[in-house]
Amino acid sequence: MSAPRPDRAAPVRLFWIQSGGCGGCSLSLLGAEAPDLVTVLEAANIEVLWHPSLSVSSGASVIGMMERIRDGEEPLDILCLEGSVMRGPNGTGRFHMMAGTGKPVMAWIEALAKKARYVIAVGSCAAFGGITAAGSNEPEACGLAYDGRKPGGLLGPEFRSGAGLPVINVAGCPIHPGWLTETLHQISSGRFSQKDIDEWERPLSYTTHLVHHGCARNEFYEFKASAERLCDLGCMMENLGCKGTQARADCNMRSWNGAGSCLDGNYPCINCTAPGFEEPGHGFTETPKISGIPVGLPTDMPKAWFVALASLSKAATPKRLKENAVADHFRRPPVDKQKKS
Amino acid sequence: MTTRLIVGPFNRVEGDLEVKLDIRDGRVTQAQVVSPLYRGFERILASKPPLDALVYAPRICGICSVSQSVAAAKSLAAAMGLSMPANGELAVNLIHATENVADHLTHFYLFFMPDFAREVYRNESWHEDALDRFTAMQGTAARDMLPARAQFMHVLGLLAGKWPHTLTVQPGGSTRSVSAGETARLAAILAAFRAFLERHLFGDKLERIAGLSSAQELSAWAAEKPATGGDFRRFLHYAQSLDLPSLGPSAGHFMSFGSYQEGGSWMFQPGVFAEGETRPLDPGLIAEDLSHAWYAAPDGPQAPFTGETRPDADRQDAYSWCKAPRLGGRVMEVGALARQLVDGHPMIRDLVSASGGNVYTRVVARVTEIALVVMAMERWAADLVPEQPFIVHGRMPDEAEGIGLTEAARGSLGHWLRVEKGRIANYQIIAPTTWNFSPRDETGVPGALEQALAGAPVRAGETEPVAVQHIVRSFDPCLVCTVH
Repeated sequence: MSAPRPDRAAPVRLFWIQSGGCGGCSLSLLGAEAPDLVTVLEAANIEVLWHPSLSVSSGASVIGMMERIRDGEEPLDILCLEGSVMRGPNGTGRFHMMAGTGKPVMAWIEALAKKARYVIAVGSCAAFGGITAAGSNEPEACGLAYDGRKPGGLLGPEFRSGAGLPVINVAGCPIHPGWLTETLHQISSGRFSQKDIDEWERPLSYTTHLVHHGCARNEFYEFKASAERLCDLGCMMENLGCKGTQARADCNMRSWNGAGSCLDGNYPCINCTAPGFEEPGHGFTETPKISGIPVGLPTDMPKAWFVALASLSKAATPKRLKENAVADHFRRPPVDKQKKS
Repeated sequence: MTTRLIVGPFNRVEGDLEVKLDIRDGRVTQAQVVSPLYRGFERILASKPPLDALVYAPRICGICSVSQSVAAAKSLAAAMGLSMPANGELAVNLIHATENVADHLTHFYLFFMPDFAREVYRNESWHEDALDRFTAMQGTAARDMLPARAQFMHVLGLLAGKWPHTLTVQPGGSTRSVSAGETARLAAILAAFRAFLERHLFGDKLERIAGLSSAQELSAWAAEKPATGGDFRRFLHYAQSLDLPSLGPSAGHFMSFGSYQEGGSWMFQPGVFAEGETRPLDPGLIAEDLSHAWYAAPDGPQAPFTGETRPDADRQDAYSWCKAPRLGGRVMEVGALARQLVDGHPMIRDLVSASGGNVYTRVVARVTEIALVVMAMERWAADLVPEQPFIVHGRMPDEAEGIGLTEAARGSLGHWLRVEKGRIANYQIIAPTTWNFSPRDETGVPGALEQALAGAPVRAGETEPVAVQHIVRSFDPCLVCTVH
């Protein structure tokens, strides 16, 4: 479905709650560029009613606003949750009480979500539980509409916000600022609908792509010229746990902090936009293999083809790639054969 | 008559906070600082492969993410017996300094200064200027600062892949080597950031700020230009008119774990500062008291190597998820002020000998440190040698232990790691705000913020006393670290 385009004169009202997380998605958002965060929110016609790091008001005035929204006295267009829902201990929510209210934060999240036209889970914690749900998940951390990969979470699998959409999961650990600001802008201009989200309700604007797309190591990947140590320039899929060929995000198509990505930082993709990334079942920087073949194959690639292509390309690896793959800086540049030395 | 006031949710601090105040005759008589969230990272880390700490630990905190990486890498390096090559130290210093300076800047512009635009100050001569400059989300300062900060963070795009939550910082150095062309790019990013600082924050050269050596020199510098000549001058002007040195007195003991190592020496020395002098730090004297925190515990304070984190939401007399760390039984204040006092910065020591640790001196130390660290970053970037290694690799023994001590923007951060049978057997973390915002200990001694709040003035009718707002934020708290 598509929502009516709101009157540009009426700003789209956004309320932001943090719970069991690190605040890193907000901090990443502060790094929004070209334009900066204040300008981009203005461009999207977003009025921030309250954000825990950015707003001036605190205490009673914030609680008053939450009560008015809960009681239907003030409209709410967008609710953002950053961080996991904290249900523990034993479902009481006492691991995170809303300061000044004597009530668990999870009760506030649920009350406000019922009133919001759109509900956005900002980051993998709010979407799926994320890093807070790692290990034995003693805090009983979950996402808004998922508990790990299991549909449900706090709001239940059937939850639909006022605009008729499920929770929108802007997953990532942290999010790229553009993933959220572009989603907000699409919502505020009435152009965000069910067809804009993927099977985990993540915006397709960034999950249409694999982290592999645009990776600067693609040539090493093609020839299976693999890195052996964290610092080597080669492909990190074979030995160092890189999940870029499976992970859904455009990390290598837009720059992080103006210049980088995990791969450009010489460390592997850990698939942080996916549910359950926090418990990979192996060391994060090791590739699990069965008889020498990585367990996690590239998305949509038949195993037999992968094995055949890999052995063929390994046999054809140019010397330049073989050397550079296991070096920490480029030792051998490409050479133009047209130029006579 | 004593009245009880509960202030919270407390925003423009990193994470969640509630403060309970007892008020009598317009003054706070006592305060309880409540960290209302528990997350349990120490329990998550138990039984993980040791090097996976580098994935989990930074995610304790989105604002001190690199500091958590550095502490984790140092504890792992101690366990593995590794030390970084020169380039590795320089790159890690640059990565860490970028986060720390950006945090100082974020704190000053987005968390601390907006309180001066509050309605309560409408009769102050400077209020109109403060409204224009520092109103949250709308003031001109945020519009100047956000693009400059984002561009400065390109240092991390280049050296760390992204921020927050990088895996570049490793026990043996940095995974990311830097080419000759990239060293030029680093120098250009730093030059652009210096230009922002000199134009907007200081209205003067960084060298002038770094060279100020006494309270008198600072006053003379401030008087050189009108109060609108840079945002630091604005702060100094507001501080004088509101008598900020009288707010939020320190308890008297300051601690720093030391930061930015280079070839075996520190840029800012570790130590403990009290009664006008710095003494050596003995980390063996650190213990956490759990008497007023929601944790099940054996009797008495626990040393971090053998410490436990077992939540108990029903514990009697407890009021916070924050433990109470003490050094030799004493409350320590940590942060930029402590770091500069311990290191012996002459102007900061002079200011503190006049008025003690307080809201004013905490902010002056933080802003001064921006100048000092950015100048150091320029040197480190110039000292990188692209052809040389940035990292060494090693193996984690099956049985080992290590301590990782460093300084986040907001103070001393320690990780205590014990490895058994190749897995993490125990991992304990003491974060800066755990020191500053600790609850009472078993002898009833309140934490550093609780002590600083006692005596704070409360204006008639105030439900969110503005003095309390200034005092709390002057510590630059990070509650998400606190309640790891």
